[in-house]
This record gives sequence, structure tokens and C-alpha cells, in this order.
Amino acid sequence: MAIAQTGAPVSGGRNPGAAKRSLLDRLRPPELLFNLTSKEIKSQFKRTTLGRLWSFINPIATLTIYTLVFGFLLKSKPPVGAHGIENFTLYLASGLIPWTFISSGIMNGMSGVVANSGLLTKVYFPRWTLVVASILALANTFLIELSVVVVAMAVFIGPEVLLFLPLLFILIGITMAFCTGLALMLSVALVYFRDTQHFMVLFMQIWFYLTPIIYGIALIPKQLLGYYRINPAERLVSAYRSMLYEFRIPAWQDWAWSIGWAALALFVGIRVFDRYAARIVEEL
Amino acid sequence: MSNLLSGNPYGKPLSGNTAVSVDNVSKSFRIYAERNQNLKTALLRRKRAVYEDFWALRDVSLEIPEGSAFGLMGHNGSGKSTLLKCMARILQPNEGSIRTRGRLAAMLELGSGFHPELTGRDNVYLNGSILGMSRQEIDRKFEAITEFAGVGAFIDQPVKNYSSGMYVRLGFSVAIHVEPDILLVDEILAVGDMQFQERCAEKFAEFKEQGRTVVVVSHGLGELKTFCDTAAWLDHGKVVEIGPAARIVDQYIEAGHQAREVEGGGVRHGSGEIEIARIELLGGSASPDASAPEFRTGDQLTIRLHYRATSPITRPIFGVSINTIEGQHVWSHHTQDARFVPARLMGEGSIDIAIPAIPLQPGAFDINTSVVDESLSHSYDQWARGVRLDVMVGKPRESGGLVVMHSSWTNLQPPTAMAIDAR
Repeated sequence: MAIAQTGAPVSGGRNPGAAKRSLLDRLRPPELLFNLTSKEIKSQFKRTTLGRLWSFINPIATLTIYTLVFGFLLKSKPPVGAHGIENFTLYLASGLIPWTFISSGIMNGMSGVVANSGLLTKVYFPRWTLVVASILALANTFLIELSVVVVAMAVFIGPEVLLFLPLLFILIGITMAFCTGLALMLSVALVYFRDTQHFMVLFMQIWFYLTPIIYGIALIPKQLLGYYRINPAERLVSAYRSMLYEFRIPAWQDWAWSIGWAALALFVGIRVFDRYAARIVEEL
Repeated sequence: MSNLLSGNPYGKPLSGNTAVSVDNVSKSFRIYAERNQNLKTALLRRKRAVYEDFWALRDVSLEIPEGSAFGLMGHNGSGKSTLLKCMARILQPNEGSIRTRGRLAAMLELGSGFHPELTGRDNVYLNGSILGMSRQEIDRKFEAITEFAGVGAFIDQPVKNYSSGMYVRLGFSVAIHVEPDILLVDEILAVGDMQFQERCAEKFAEFKEQGRTVVVVSHGLGELKTFCDTAAWLDHGKVVEIGPAARIVDQYIEAGHQAREVEGGGVRHGSGEIEIARIELLGGSASPDASAPEFRTGDQLTIRLHYRATSPITRPIFGVSINTIEGQHVWSHHTQDARFVPARLMGEGSIDIAIPAIPLQPGAFDINTSVVDESLSHSYDQWARGVRLDVMVGKPRESGGLVVMHSSWTNLQPPTAMAIDAR
């Protein structure tokens, strides 16, 4: 169901009014977004006995497994953090938790459109809200997890980590913009090619190992470092890690690359989504 | 393109009292001969897919005035639902444009936005905001919404526990409380129980009175005729005719066939010792070019039931009933009440029921037959919707409803000269 402004056209693809109108659409619905997000959050753990606890159990279990395998069995030596600390689990947490948000944000945002096809074919509302709402729902989980990480850092390394909270929020915003852009793009691709889903599962695995999460960046050969650091996830994860593990403000290059990637992803994502959003419904 | 030249991205503003303006709209769908929804085939073939364009709408133009009820009619595949979805902005036309004035809401499937695990309350807020209401607006209307839906204490239960009736009622209630200026309705006037249907009908009438516009897609011709002021008749994506609903519905029926088999042959059950093999409609006015007779209001009609009994049946009771195609029972008569009961039947034969003058308004009706035993408890054969009867405009010609009553307007006091002569 749509709220059309007075005299607003529903125009054909060749009508220059179309693009303008859909951009305007974007500005409308903070409440719709809020309600869609709370639907996602509420239904996330419905009918599970442990409910919300799962959003703690999952990351803790993953951290434990990686710590056992890489920390104890393979005896990976973690890079040095603030106050000279060398703790594999804390190092891992500072990178793994943000990475989980990046990867699940992209994956869930991507499925937002297809998962709600029943709704899309019956009601008109700005379709991008589905993608953004699923990312917002995950951001909610991410914030909870991150607060646990921050508390752990404060206890085990030092309370100065709390000074970085304002910057941390800015970084979360950048991360969400990056995920949203990519998810908008991929959600269109998924409508046309359903195996985008399977491809992305595979790709995410490769991406995970291309990003310094379970290992330190020092392992990368000097001559490859330039290429290695093109990876947007590397920049984002490094920025999180600077603040959470090393207790220092991320290098300006990390900010610049992160913002650049996020802006690019968002720009292309919106362009692609805008172009195809109107026709998506027929293909569902 | 003309918009670009005029420098106005929104096109020219709607004239005075037009609620919806459809300008030369065409819409095609891709019918995939070989659909490749995976990357491998797409990459190997280096093109997306082989498809043909199917034109669901071709160059459709119409204007719907504010405060009117507008009906869209046509056979399945005529494009009427596609047009409605284009108006609702769910689909985008390939060419042409649709302009609407004011808040617009579509009821295509009630409760389609509901999430089964969430409570009725959560779903009202979610659905309401999808339909474009603000939080305060929903807060304000919440009482009215639940009251109209009649879900009572269930409002805090997950909607998966709702009966299908409650589900639909809540969906309808949320949608109607959006209070749109333009309401688009697709074939959902026949939901819920009779009581709820009446309330829906009242609500729609209220809408019209408030000067809001309602656009309806429906198969129920009688419904369209009584509810709508204007109707458009679509066929294969093109407008055949637009005009006053009553006239368009009559023309539509006229263009259809007369006594015809119901698609799928109706529904039949019973033990089968005696069966109605065929229903024949006799009488009517023979049209010169049609092999089957046509039936008009006031025509004589004989319904002949050809029966076949495979074993001897004592005192069988034959019955015939007429329903509207929406299923409303109009009339029935059986041989027990008529005291016309044969002692015993065997083999093949026929029995007639004669109707001296069809007292029905123009419309489509289903004829049902039954053969039951003397106690009316055992069914030998029940054949629902065996034959469809299309009644066309005849004499007398009265305004609407199901029946004609041979009524006349008379006795104006004080006597005054008439503006137009009586027919």
C-alpha cells in the first residue's frame, strides 16, 4: 500500500519522473523501518528456549573454538595489544565480532527482498526498507555483542577502552553503510540468480581468510601488503581492532579507505537498486 | 518524454476532480521459454534468458473521478488485476503513466503483511506502518481497528493461532482504517462470514459517501452493478468499453454465452444409483445466429433434467436451485414440496420444471440439481453448478438487485408534469 503524494505519477520506465520519485520515497519511513526492524528482532529467536541468549552463545562458542584450535593447538602468537598484552582470545574477539556483523549483515540484507516476496507482490512500500531493516536488526545484536567485548577489554586490558566509544559508533555507522550498499546490490542479483546465495556463502568463507581475523597482518609478505589492504573488510576490522585491542585511534588511512569503500558501495548499491527495484516484483 | 520537455518531472497536474488518471499504459511480462536463474547458464550462454513479451495491458487510458466507485471487469487474463497492481504501484508500467491524487491504499490480499509468530497487536503496528500510517495514527485508531475486526482477547496472541476468519478480518480492519482517499480492492468482498461481509459493504458505502474513491476488481457482476457507478470492461489487455456500471455489466453478459457448461463441470457427489445426466435449458428467445437459446428477464424458461437410473428407485425427489455465481441462494424447488413424486423410476428419462417468466435481474447464475430419497436425507446425486444461466436485459427493466418485481412508479402528489416520458 502506498502513500502517493497529490498528483504524483506512477510512471513508466522511460519517464524521467520515475527515478526522482523513488529517491523521494527513501526519505519517508523511519517508523516503517523501526517496525520492520523490531519484527526482525522479535522473530529472530521466537520459539527458542534460550531466546536472546543465543546472541551471546554463538559468538562465545565461535571464540572458544578458534581459541582452542589456533591458540592452543597451532599456538598462534597474537600481535601485541595495549599495555603489552598478548592474548589470543581478546585479539580474536576484537576482529571476529565486527567481521560477523559485516558478513551476516551482507548475507541477511541480501535475502531481505526474496524472503519477503509474499509481501512485495501484495503491497507497495519502499522496498529498500526490507534490506535496511534486516541490517538494523543485526546491528542491534552487534551492539549487544560489542558491549560484551568492550566490557571484557576494560576488565582484562584497561578501562581506557571506554574513551573510544564515540569513535566506535561512527565506525559502526560506516560499517552499516558498507553492508547496506553491498546488500542492496546483491539483493537485486539474488532475485535474478538464486545461486547468488550459494556463491556468497563460499565467497564469505574466502573473504574471512583474506581478512586478518584469526591471524595478524604481520604474516602478510611486505610486497603483497599493498594489494592485501585493498580489502575493505581488512580496513574496517583493523579500525575496530585499533580501538578495542590496541587502544589507539585508527590510522587516518584506515578511516579514509573505510569511508571510501562505504561511500562507493552505498552509491553503487542505491543506483543498482533504484534501477531494478520497480521490476523486481515481477521476477519474484 | 513529454515530461522532460515540459521540465516537470511529475507530469501535468490532475484536473479538478480526477482521482486516478491512467494514460496510455502498457505493461508486459516476460514469459521465459528457458529461464536461467543460475549463473552458470547465464555465463555460458552469455545472455540472461530466452523470453517472450506477453502484453497484459496495451495502451489503456481511463480517468476515475473522485468520490466514485469504479469497477474493472473482464475474463481471467484480461489485465484487470494487472491494471490494479499498476495503480497500486506494485507493478510499474512499461509505457504510459498513472497519476493518483491523495493517499492510496490497496487491498490485494488481506493480512499479507502479517508475521505468524508476532501477536495481533504487533502485526497491527507493523502492517499499519507498511500501509503508510504513523505510530500516533495507529495508537489513535487501535481500539477501532480491533473492535471492527472483532478479535477481542486474541489481540495479544500470535496470529498463527487465529482462525482464517479472524486473520482476514484483522487484515481488512487495518487496511480500512488507513482511511485512504483512493481504495483499490481486488476480489475480496467475498471474505468472512455474512455478518462481516455486510459490515464491509457498509464500510465501502461509507467510504463513497465521504467522497473517497473506490476501485474494484470483481467477478461478481451483480455486486459490480449495484456497487459501482462506472465500470471499465477489459479484454486481452485492452479497454473494450467504459461507461455506467449497469450498462457495461449488461453488455458484458450479453457478449458472453448463454446456457453454458460451468468450467470444470461443477461439483458432483452422491451415491449414484440415479443421476442427472444432463441439464437442458429450454424456452427463452431464440436468437437468429446462436444455436443455443438466449434468456432475458421475463422470458419463459423450462429446465429439463435428463436422468439415468441404474437400479429401480422408489419415490425419488428431484430438486433444482438457482444461486448467484457468488453462491447466494436465490431460489429452489423440489418435487416433494410440489407433490410431484413418481412411485418408481428405472432407466432413462427426463423431468421438466417450468418457469413462466424469469423474475431475475440480468446477471450470471448457477443452476444446481439434486436427486434425493423420500426422507431427503440420502443423496443419490447432488450436482452443484451444473449449468450457468446468463440472464440478459429483458422486460421488465428495473434498476438493480437480484429480482424483478414488475414494479412501477406512480401517484406523485401533488400531480406534477414529468420531465421525461415513461418508457
